[in-house]
Amino acid sequence: MGGLLSYFSGLFGSKERRILILGLDGAGKTTILYRLQVGEVVTTIPTIGFNVETVIYKNLKFQVWDLGGQTSIRPYWRCYYSNTDAIIYVVDSMDRDRIGISKQELVSMLEEDELKKAILVVFANKQDIEGAMTVTEVANALGLSSLKNRKYQIFKTSAIKGEGLDEAMDWLSNSILQQK
Amino acid sequence: MLKRDKKEEEEAGGNPFFNLEKTSVLQEARTFNDTPINPRKCCHILTKILYLLNQGEHIGTTEATETFFAMTKLFQSKDTTLRRMCYMVIKEMATISDDVIIVTSSLTKDMTGKEDQFRGPAIRALTKITDTTMLQSIERYMKQAIVDKNASVSSAALTSSLHLMKTSHDVIKRWVNEAQEAVSSSDIMVQYHALGLLYHIRKNDKLAVTKLVSKFTRHSLKSPYAYCLLIRIACKLLEEDDAGSDSPMFDFIESCLRHKSEMVIYEAAHAIVNMKHTGTKELAPAVSVLQLFLGSPKPTLRFAAVRTLNKVAMKHPSAVTACNLDLENLITDVNRSIATLAITTLLKTGSESSVDRLMKQISSFMSEISDEFKIVVVEAIKSLCMKFPRKHGVMMTFLSSMLREEGGFDYKKAIVDTIISIVEENPEAKEAGLAHLCEFIEDCEHTVLATRILHLLGREGPRTLNPAKYIRFIYNRVILENAAVRAAAVTALAKFGAHCQNLLPSIIVLLERSELDMDDEVRDRATLYLNILKEHQMALNSAFILNGLQVSIVGLERALHSYYQEPSETSFDMKSVPLATQPLTEQKASAPGEISGAKSSEKVAASRQDVYAEQLSSIPEFASIGPLFKSSSLPVELTEAETEYAVQCIKHTFANHIVLQFDCTNTLNDQFLEDVTVQVETNDGFEVLKYIPTPKLAYNVTSTTYTLLQLPEEPSQVTGTFTCTMKFVVKDCDPNTGEPDDEGYEDEYVLEDLEIAVGDHVQKVMKPNFGASWDEIGPENELEDTYALSNMKSLDEAIKNIKDYLGMQPCERSDKVPEGKSSHTLYLAGVYRGGHDILARAKLAMGDGVTMQITVRSTDPHASEVIASAVG
Repeated sequence: MGGLLSYFSGLFGSKERRILILGLDGAGKTTILYRLQVGEVVTTIPTIGFNVETVIYKNLKFQVWDLGGQTSIRPYWRCYYSNTDAIIYVVDSMDRDRIGISKQELVSMLEEDELKKAILVVFANKQDIEGAMTVTEVANALGLSSLKNRKYQIFKTSAIKGEGLDEAMDWLSNSILQQK
Repeated sequence: MLKRDKKEEEEAGGNPFFNLEKTSVLQEARTFNDTPINPRKCCHILTKILYLLNQGEHIGTTEATETFFAMTKLFQSKDTTLRRMCYMVIKEMATISDDVIIVTSSLTKDMTGKEDQFRGPAIRALTKITDTTMLQSIERYMKQAIVDKNASVSSAALTSSLHLMKTSHDVIKRWVNEAQEAVSSSDIMVQYHALGLLYHIRKNDKLAVTKLVSKFTRHSLKSPYAYCLLIRIACKLLEEDDAGSDSPMFDFIESCLRHKSEMVIYEAAHAIVNMKHTGTKELAPAVSVLQLFLGSPKPTLRFAAVRTLNKVAMKHPSAVTACNLDLENLITDVNRSIATLAITTLLKTGSESSVDRLMKQISSFMSEISDEFKIVVVEAIKSLCMKFPRKHGVMMTFLSSMLREEGGFDYKKAIVDTIISIVEENPEAKEAGLAHLCEFIEDCEHTVLATRILHLLGREGPRTLNPAKYIRFIYNRVILENAAVRAAAVTALAKFGAHCQNLLPSIIVLLERSELDMDDEVRDRATLYLNILKEHQMALNSAFILNGLQVSIVGLERALHSYYQEPSETSFDMKSVPLATQPLTEQKASAPGEISGAKSSEKVAASRQDVYAEQLSSIPEFASIGPLFKSSSLPVELTEAETEYAVQCIKHTFANHIVLQFDCTNTLNDQFLEDVTVQVETNDGFEVLKYIPTPKLAYNVTSTTYTLLQLPEEPSQVTGTFTCTMKFVVKDCDPNTGEPDDEGYEDEYVLEDLEIAVGDHVQKVMKPNFGASWDEIGPENELEDTYALSNMKSLDEAIKNIKDYLGMQPCERSDKVPEGKSSHTLYLAGVYRGGHDILARAKLAMGDGVTMQITVRSTDPHASEVIASAVG
């Protein structure tokens, strides 16, 4: 009965997919969330805790959780891992100093059992600023090539300009639909 | 099926949550993690959690945190009911769960969002989970919310700020401009809350509060609530300034009597009648407003007015007399509470002739009112008896019939208290009162009351015309009651035996029966008393039965303990034990309005000396000077109010030394004092042995420095005047951080003179049977002298002065002069420094001034000498 129900809901695209937006503080997670939801750039303050919004993209309904990236809040990420379909991992491409920390957080997160099946999309954000790391640099710094048994992709984005988000979301929607 | 349902329903008492179990509810809370969310179901579970929390169920931190985080998942739902339930749970769990800050962003979003239903509650929940450091990050939003157009949002922000004041005063202080703006809001609640916040921000700055009040008294506020608050603030200012009706604050309160809102009028009237300094002139308009309310069709107004008048009648009976006619109409009010208050008010204000009628009226519905109001009636009767001693017959019969009726402990206690105070005040009522009490203890379920009455019987009974008639009642207790009451009864019997020679043989027979009692205490008491009584010595009787121990129980315990720790060859010396400070019970009767106040302070006084003894004994320098004999009761102020430094002095008397304890407060926030001492100088033969400085005296902290004095060699030289100077090292410091500079300089500050008087060497003790003690000491060290106290205007004044000067306790209520008498005898008892009993009998005669013949007896000749010559 449950299987049948999810089949139908999948058919009509009404089942909500659960997406987490994670990354270090100041990477642009909240800006991305609202860019996706209302298509505008909103002013944000550091997120203490989380924001949760429903985003509709091409008939797909996403329940997007944007969790705060400050050191003090990162330990709570794990409370929100269960039933996650995809992770959007946002990296500040300008922040060369902390890319190592970003990698550590990513690696330890992907080790979690609850996220075994989650699709990973990396946003190399802030590409509008000159001197930012390229996609390849970011991918290398994060060590993406060594990921196994994981469906992932990296995109260059600029949340402020709205660039690259559509490509990323297209890829994400298709991947989610394929997986079911 | 039907039957079972019914049974379950009965068990649950109609409460669907009756059988909730914590573990199963927390289990259910995991549903919060499911997607999609079922708002109805989740709401129900949240309700269960709230119910458990409100029932006092303890939820451990781990469990609570887990549930809390599961609950945060519910923020994905847009359901309004569910979200508001979440706010409730957040508020309840804010203190029991860890890491509640996780919802900060979500709540911040809700408080600034479009959904008005969310905004106020979100603010309230947010302030519950925020601490001072987090507050900075939401400060901007709070400020915006305070001035929000939506009244519910603004009110929520204002009241939440008030709660935050407790922890983050400095942050909230910065919101003063927003609060100012909110005061001018057109919404009555917002205005009220904003005024409240403004007041609390400035509360510690009296000048600012005064400005605040005078500003808003000129602008007329819209909100009656704000008006009421303003009246209360103004009242507080008046009280602090000790100002009277000439103050502008008073004018404001008075003008509120003409406000259009009844609430404001009542608040103003209530404020005026409760002020310390109101005279008849100020009282009149307030009382007449209350009088108008008495005739109001609204029961709340009638109740408020009559209750307030009832209170006023204690202090200003004449002012209330004007309302007597209206009060008469309320006697038959359908609301019993109003009727009771009306009658008791009339009892306080009415004339002697109306008493009988009113008492009859009140007894007609005594059974219909609650215990609480019955106590009001009893209190009224008590004050009535003080006023019309001749009416004691009616009152006593009424009280005893009330005693026989059903009622709780507080009610019975109030009646017994009243009868006892009547018995003590009015000699004519004594026999009747004792008879009623005897009847009461025949069937009394309260041990406390029974023992109290037995104690009273033991004290008063032997001195009545026919003491024998009380024996039966007391002995019945020995046969019938529990151990505590039996013990009290044995003591009472012994007192009869000690006082009445003709009863002694019978008493001995009765006491012998108690020698086989099951209870140790009862048996011990009986044995002790029997052996004393069989000696047939008045002195023994007086010391061990009639007048008992005068020492402080805590002090005795400590002294015995230390004696036990370090056993010595010498036997334990009772005189080394500090005496019990005589509580102020004796003055109680003269001020019936302030009974409750006197009682509370009495408890503090009783333990104060023990506290000092403890403090002093912890200072090694004072180890050699023996046990503390007496500490002066009220601290002497050595500085004027509101000077740079405030210094109070408490005098501690020891056998051959006096320790002066100076409590110093530094009121300058830019100074840090070190090495503070108070230097004293005198010519009266006292020698300063030691100064014990207080090393540091920071801003607004009270610290203590001690000065140890050796008493003069000459035993009759006991008084002295001292010039005092405070010496210290000043270091300037930054008022904000409190960091002192490294460099300091010496400075001094002259204080007012300090006196050591005769009273400082004498501790008050109560001798319930003065005559027995007088005979016990004997005429060996008796001194007698006659003085003319020419500047005394009345006997009462003379008695008060003598008593205060000598520091002795008046016995047998001899400090009260019957009206219309021109001569009187005052009995005073005390213990002189070193533990010598001292008694004084002062015969006073009123002529041109007061003439006093004082006779002093003591166990020590020097003590007699000091006291006898003190008055001159």
